Amino acid sequence: MMDQGLTDASRPRISGLRSSKLCPSSILLPGILLSSCSGSHSPLDPAGPEASHVAHLFFVMLVGGVVIWIAVVAALVYASRKKNAHSEKAAGRVILWCGAILPTVLLCALLSYGMWLMPAIRPWLPDDQQVRRIEVTGEQFWWRVRYLDEAGEVMFETANEVRIPVGEPAHFSLKAADVIHSFWVPSLGGKMDMIPGRTNPLTLTADREGTYRGVCAEFCGESHALMAFTVRAVAAREHDAWLAARQASKPLDAEGLATFLNNGCGACHAIAGTAANGRIGPDLTAFGERGTLAAGTLPHTETDIARFIADPGEIKPGVKMPHFGMLPEDDIKKIAVFLKELK
Amino acid sequence: MKSVIPREVESLWTLFTAPTVWAIHFVVCYAAVAVYCAKAATFGFDFATVRLALAGFTVVALAVIVLSAYLAWRQWGFGSGDPPHDEATRKDRALFQGFATLLLSGLSFVAVVYVAIPLIFIAECQR
Ligand code: HEC
Ligand SMILES: [Cu+2]
Repeated sequence: MMDQGLTDASRPRISGLRSSKLCPSSILLPGILLSSCSGSHSPLDPAGPEASHVAHLFFVMLVGGVVIWIAVVAALVYASRKKNAHSEKAAGRVILWCGAILPTVLLCALLSYGMWLMPAIRPWLPDDQQVRRIEVTGEQFWWRVRYLDEAGEVMFETANEVRIPVGEPAHFSLKAADVIHSFWVPSLGGKMDMIPGRTNPLTLTADREGTYRGVCAEFCGESHALMAFTVRAVAAREHDAWLAARQASKPLDAEGLATFLNNGCGACHAIAGTAANGRIGPDLTAFGERGTLAAGTLPHTETDIARFIADPGEIKPGVKMPHFGMLPEDDIKKIAVFLKELK
Repeated sequence: MKSVIPREVESLWTLFTAPTVWAIHFVVCYAAVAVYCAKAATFGFDFATVRLALAGFTVVALAVIVLSAYLAWRQWGFGSGDPPHDEATRKDRALFQGFATLLLSGLSFVAVVYVAIPLIFIAECQR
């Protein structure tokens, strides 16, 4: 598996069919099996306890459904072969038992099983006992990510990529800035809606290191399908080092910064250690570390960054960033190189 | 039993008794938990108390539904005749209604049980 979910094959204009390369069996039964592939965003390839419970629930339901389906079809075949072989009374008894009583008992059992799993699927701690807290706000069509300290104060902000330590529960406080979004990392657990005016809690734990893909799972506008993000699960020590590094803000000066600032990008984007402190768009501090561009829409390459700056609306319809196609090509390129190198 | 309950309480209204109990039980369960969890801090009791109270309410609701089912069963002649009871007579109409009420009571009983199952497993408010 590549480090990132995005390869050239996932550029929007190229046929999505190419991604089925990931899983040969999907050629046979695309609908069902595509989702059964292992990968960075499959609920059937769980990477943590919450997701394992979801997968387990799915398989129990699947097996139960298949058994019931086979029994119903067998009864149907039997009935069509042996017409009038049984008395009406016997038929009435079959309807009572198999049509009413058995389904009631089975549904009761499945409902109880699902309910019994709930606490494991949605582990929950009171606010004051949560340690690693990350606030994620859904915005049309990207994710604002803020790391909170023990007191709940914002340590720093970033966007479209979430880092969590392996083996420790990460507590997400989920919010929405405009419309309803939904936060879903299939490999790590169930989804949780992000509702304007509310803060919804979600706890996820990653058991193994890796890069997982998350998506917006509630239609939120034209580019809803282009609103994804990356979760990187790294060793706890590495994570702590990263947190510390991100908080130590050092003044930054690089080739291209002036072009970035002069064209007004800083009014919407912030870069720590520079005069850019806009809050409207994604924070671009250490942008070069990210694996994808524009909320999982494009691969993170200079060409794609330049393409996005020139005409974001072409790539993400309805995007809240003006297009900068009128800038000299050299300037766009300079900014793209600057952003790509931003560590 | 017969001395306590009037001989013929059955009307079209008895048909609705069980589904109405189901509806009330549903609203009470959802509203009670939602209000408690939103304002837990202002109440002097814990969530276990809410669950216990709703469990008690569930038993009451089930008892009313069983009573309604008993009346329906009686109206249906304790199962002496088989459906469909579709003659245009007063007797068949009463039998049909009794049978329909009995089925609705069964459905409502199961529904109330299903609504109450989360009370067993959901042990705390998540905020
Ligand atoms: C009016 C505010 C605004 C201005 C001005 C603006 N942007 Fe943006 N920018 C946004 C928004 C909003 C997004 C999020 C788009 C999305 O993915 O939905 C964004 C996204 C981006 C991204 C992708 C970020 C990521 O996390 O992948 C880059 C890169 C970017 N802008 C660069 C620029 C550059 C360079 C300029 C100046 C030439 C600029 N922006 C000017 C609002 C703005
Ligand atoms: Cu969304």
